[in-house]
Amino acid sequence: MTTAPIRETHGGDMTGRGGEKPEPGGGQQAGDLELRNVTKRFGSFVAVDDLDLTVPHGSFFALLGASGCGKTTTLRMVAGLERPTQGQVLLGGSDISGLKPYKRPVNTVFQSYALFPHLTVFENVAFGLRRTKGSDISRKVGEMLELVQLQEYGQRRPAQLSGGQQQRVALARALINRPQVLLLDEPLGALDLKLRRAMQIELKRIQTEVRITFVHVTHDQEEAMTMADTIAVMNAGVVEQMGHPAELYEHPRTTFVANFLGQSNLLEGQARSAGAEIEVDVQGATLRAVPERSSVGSGPVRLGVRPEKVSLVDSSAPVDGQLNRLGGGVVTDVSFVGVSTQYLVRMPWGQELMVFEQNTGQRPSYAGGSSVDLCWRPEHAFLLDAGQDAKAGAGLDAV
Amino acid sequence: MTALGHLPTPANTVAPERDEGHRRGPAGYLLMIPGTVWLALFFVLPTVTLAASSLYDPSGSLLNGYQMTWHWQNYTEALREYAPIFLRSFLYAFAATVVCLLLGFPLAYAIAFKAGRWKNLMLVAVIAPFFTSFLVRTLSWKFLLSDNGFIVQTLSSLPAVPDDLRLLATPFAVITGLAYNFLPFMVLPLYASLEKMDPRLLEAAGDLYASPVNGFLRVTLPLAMPGVVAGTLLTFIPAAGDFINDELLGNPRTRMIGNTIQQLFLQAGDVATASALSVTMMVVIVLMVLVYVRKAGTEDLV
Ligand SMILES: Nc1ncnc2c1ncn2[C@@H]1O[C@H](COP(=O)(O)OP(=O)(O)OP(=O)(O)O)[C@@H](O)[C@H]1O
Ligand SMILES: [Mg+2]
Repeated sequence: MTTAPIRETHGGDMTGRGGEKPEPGGGQQAGDLELRNVTKRFGSFVAVDDLDLTVPHGSFFALLGASGCGKTTTLRMVAGLERPTQGQVLLGGSDISGLKPYKRPVNTVFQSYALFPHLTVFENVAFGLRRTKGSDISRKVGEMLELVQLQEYGQRRPAQLSGGQQQRVALARALINRPQVLLLDEPLGALDLKLRRAMQIELKRIQTEVRITFVHVTHDQEEAMTMADTIAVMNAGVVEQMGHPAELYEHPRTTFVANFLGQSNLLEGQARSAGAEIEVDVQGATLRAVPERSSVGSGPVRLGVRPEKVSLVDSSAPVDGQLNRLGGGVVTDVSFVGVSTQYLVRMPWGQELMVFEQNTGQRPSYAGGSSVDLCWRPEHAFLLDAGQDAKAGAGLDAV
Repeated sequence: MTALGHLPTPANTVAPERDEGHRRGPAGYLLMIPGTVWLALFFVLPTVTLAASSLYDPSGSLLNGYQMTWHWQNYTEALREYAPIFLRSFLYAFAATVVCLLLGFPLAYAIAFKAGRWKNLMLVAVIAPFFTSFLVRTLSWKFLLSDNGFIVQTLSSLPAVPDDLRLLATPFAVITGLAYNFLPFMVLPLYASLEKMDPRLLEAAGDLYASPVNGFLRVTLPLAMPGVVAGTLLTFIPAAGDFINDELLGNPRTRMIGNTIQQLFLQAGDVATASALSVTMMVVIVLMVLVYVRKAGTEDLV
């Protein structure tokens, strides 16, 4: 009767009374969370489209994507608050699609907090433990409140807290149950930078210590990159690409991912195979790329390069055969951001490219109006299929 | 009561902070005049008159006039004679309130959360009976429950029901009538407090291992408590004093306190006893309400 995840952390204190406790799939410890061909439609609107995901047990999985792309809907289907129109949700190999939310060993930090207004902060946090008849409730709640730095606020009502404090109560309320899967829907969005960093570290610590599977929705790419083992980038109900953060950053496979995760310069061109490399004609210049970072090898392509991989040289500087070089740029905007300087460079065909240069102090920065050439190493470029919107995902993220 | 707690008091609507203690007095008192006059005319005056007439000489009559003799024995005599009727009134009112709560809560819940686009129509349906008179509606219950009415006919044709079943002129009919007539007073406050509740709280409760029953008891019910308190008071108080339902649907052995007072005042001309009963009724109800509101603990609900 007792649940594996709860027994794991609360000791053998479960009484096993009542038929309403969450029952994990077959008592398996290693419960991977799996979504198989999950589709969710609201009327004719497809919010989640044929989603296939596997989140390994104990991993930190981040779900990134623009507003309205179906992240919350996906979490709600895992929590059991929304029934998939098609497909299955599996936990530890067994199908939980038909299981009521209160029987799932899954807890959620809601995007809207959904704190109980008639209960004190203490009782809000204790809610889950009371339902599962956990013991030692006041000590555990005390510890949890300390963790989220709200130990003095136990007797307050949610209405008497600030937005960030409410968010921390929501976090504590879910975290205290130590479920098999914790769903976090932008759990740190209302916190200031310092508190957010502290909470990130705590979350990561708890996640590794107790080996809870975290599914974390965030708009903060940096948060996703630093915390997650795996990132899935969602767009309009589908996962565009999934993988390790560095892998996603270095090898984006779609323009959406290239633009959404960090920023990219995308140049239209014609590719052809040239020995071990690929040559791309871009506005009359011949640029080189490597097949390992290319999803297409010939025909119309978009050549992408991250702004920090590009360096600026004087137009008159000697040519280095090792590097790709695009000539004829004019600096149109310079913004100094401390560790680096960000340039916008207008190319002869009108496109504006971004360049981030470290402020190493080795040479003075360029002023607006300077004529410059852009250089980067061939292996820093990636090639994408040209049949996509070059601006997809650009400027969607505020962070 | 919470409903009253939200009303702005004159003190915090007038007098902005900067001219503190300056023009606050006159303006505030001027604004209070209409309300004060109204209360004095229609509340204080009748109450004082009623209290006074409860101490009249009991031998007075319309013909001979009434004399103020501070005859407090009116109270003891009235209570000695009419205590069972008091008890019966509160019992009937309590039963009707329970029926209203049991019928009204699911109805209010359905209107608030499940009605979708039918919400307004359902609310109108709840209020619609007010478009006809209280008397007419109660009279139609008389027809419904009469011995030749289809309800009694259908029921007595069933094997388990005695053939001489009577519904009209029974306590059942009186309580049914009370429950019917005061149901909207239960449904509307319940609806108002359920409507304010965020349904996502129930999702959160479910997510935190609360079964639907548990979620209802731990989340919905506490949040609906102001509505429950307001609704039960709005049902119980008028039901306890009602005389129409008993007049039309009851019999002499189901007399309620309202009927007794009415009969004493208008037919027997026993103003002193009638007044003593009225004052007693008022005091008992005020005391019950105070205890109830304390017990229900709604003062600190949001
Ligand atoms: N109950 C519903 N009925 C109809 N459409 C819905 C419903 N819930 C969500 N949607 C739609 O489904 C899409 C996905 O919504 P969802 O809440 O999953 O977005 P999200 O990725 O969480 O966005 P955000 O980052 O803004 O929270 C949205 O376009 C939304 O309008
Ligand atoms: Mg969302």
